[in-house]
Amino acid sequence: MTFGRGLRALSIASAVLITGAFALVFFYAPNDADQGFIQKIFYVHVPLAIVALCGFVAGGVFAIRHLRSGDRADDLRSYVAIHISLVLAVGVLITGSIWARAAWGHWWVWDEPTLVSFLIVFLLYACYQPLRFSIEDPERQARYASVFAIVAGAFVPLNFMAVRMAESLTHPRVLSTTGGAMPGDMRLTFLVALVGMACLFVTLWKYELASKSASIQLRSLKRRLAGDAGLAPLARSAAPQEL
Amino acid sequence: MELRAFESVPAMLMFSVSTFVLFHFGLDRGSLAGDLAAGVLWVTLLLAAVLGMNRLFVAEHEQGGFDGFLMAPVDRTALFVAKALVLFCFLVAVELVALPAFAVLLLEPGPGQALPELLAVVVLADAGIAVVGTLIGALGVQTRARDLIVPLMALPLLVPVVIAASEASAPLFEAGGADPFPGRWLMVLALYDAVFALLAYAVFDFLLEE
Repeated sequence: MTFGRGLRALSIASAVLITGAFALVFFYAPNDADQGFIQKIFYVHVPLAIVALCGFVAGGVFAIRHLRSGDRADDLRSYVAIHISLVLAVGVLITGSIWARAAWGHWWVWDEPTLVSFLIVFLLYACYQPLRFSIEDPERQARYASVFAIVAGAFVPLNFMAVRMAESLTHPRVLSTTGGAMPGDMRLTFLVALVGMACLFVTLWKYELASKSASIQLRSLKRRLAGDAGLAPLARSAAPQEL
Repeated sequence: MELRAFESVPAMLMFSVSTFVLFHFGLDRGSLAGDLAAGVLWVTLLLAAVLGMNRLFVAEHEQGGFDGFLMAPVDRTALFVAKALVLFCFLVAVELVALPAFAVLLLEPGPGQALPELLAVVVLADAGIAVVGTLIGALGVQTRARDLIVPLMALPLLVPVVIAASEASAPLFEAGGADPFPGRWLMVLALYDAVFALLAYAVFDFLLEE
């Protein structure tokens, strides 16, 4: 199985797009009238958040494919997608906190439904790795992790809806983050940043897949050469270790 | 099954009542009303439910009941439905005592005239907790760190239930009873129940294959 196809083109594309997005952010997009320079963190924060959430849902989709076909490569895809999304989600929480501090004066604001629902989703997915780690049988680990990924993937939109409803009773939506009210040059910058981030995600995802599958293949080749006796036993891991 | 209920239900009940006492001292209030009362009640019931879902599949796991079930000529979904019903009944049994205890210990106005609405909220919320709890219990029972994994997974998943249930029951605990009952929170609970029931129905089979 080769996961490395098209990696070079993807890497170049995401490098160009991310650099271009940052150039646009600093030299093209105007400073926000109310918030000034700090508003530019928005071009990192929001694409990160969107890509992370899409990554979580994609993890669920691959998990469905894994359960339907039993193909272990799909489990690997689901695992890597969720893993990278988790890393991005940490970035989302940190950049969001910085922005909230600058814009509203508090590191954390419970009134903002997007923040709260993202935190809940993050907490849920933070259990994904411990769950995998605590199941030893690799086949069962893959199956259970897929079930979890599907349930959590479906939970993402439901949770956003519930939290948004809870808050909108008392708090009108003040800040429409992806709203149509954005002026043209800001929107262009935002779109480039979003596409760049998505591209970066796919690139990282493919790199991780290629690396994981390469080490799995290497191990099976070694086993063929030296037999089971010649191999160091695998350390227990949350990551899939067979294909 | 009923024999095992004697293991979980009293524990859940003791836990709920102790938590009410804890809240009394933690909040330093003699009585609660409105959204504070609703929040205390639902957080307590949810944590008690986590105790129940932790134990839900333990006997099957330890005594090999899963293998026996897989050999029996019945649909695998039957086990899910049965277990969810059991958890639901556990919750109802706990609430039969915990809700009056809550009313006596902490609730100030008393939910006298709003009882039917409160019952609707309780039933819908219990259904949601039972469905999600059964799924998480089945996921968690095969892991090495069951006691850690189950609450970690269940609590974020059940946040919408807590939101909807406490928003729906907050006006019922209000002193004047002035606020209209927000029926749309019942809709949210029903939708949550339906989505997770379908989801659990779809994926539960995969948790049983050996």
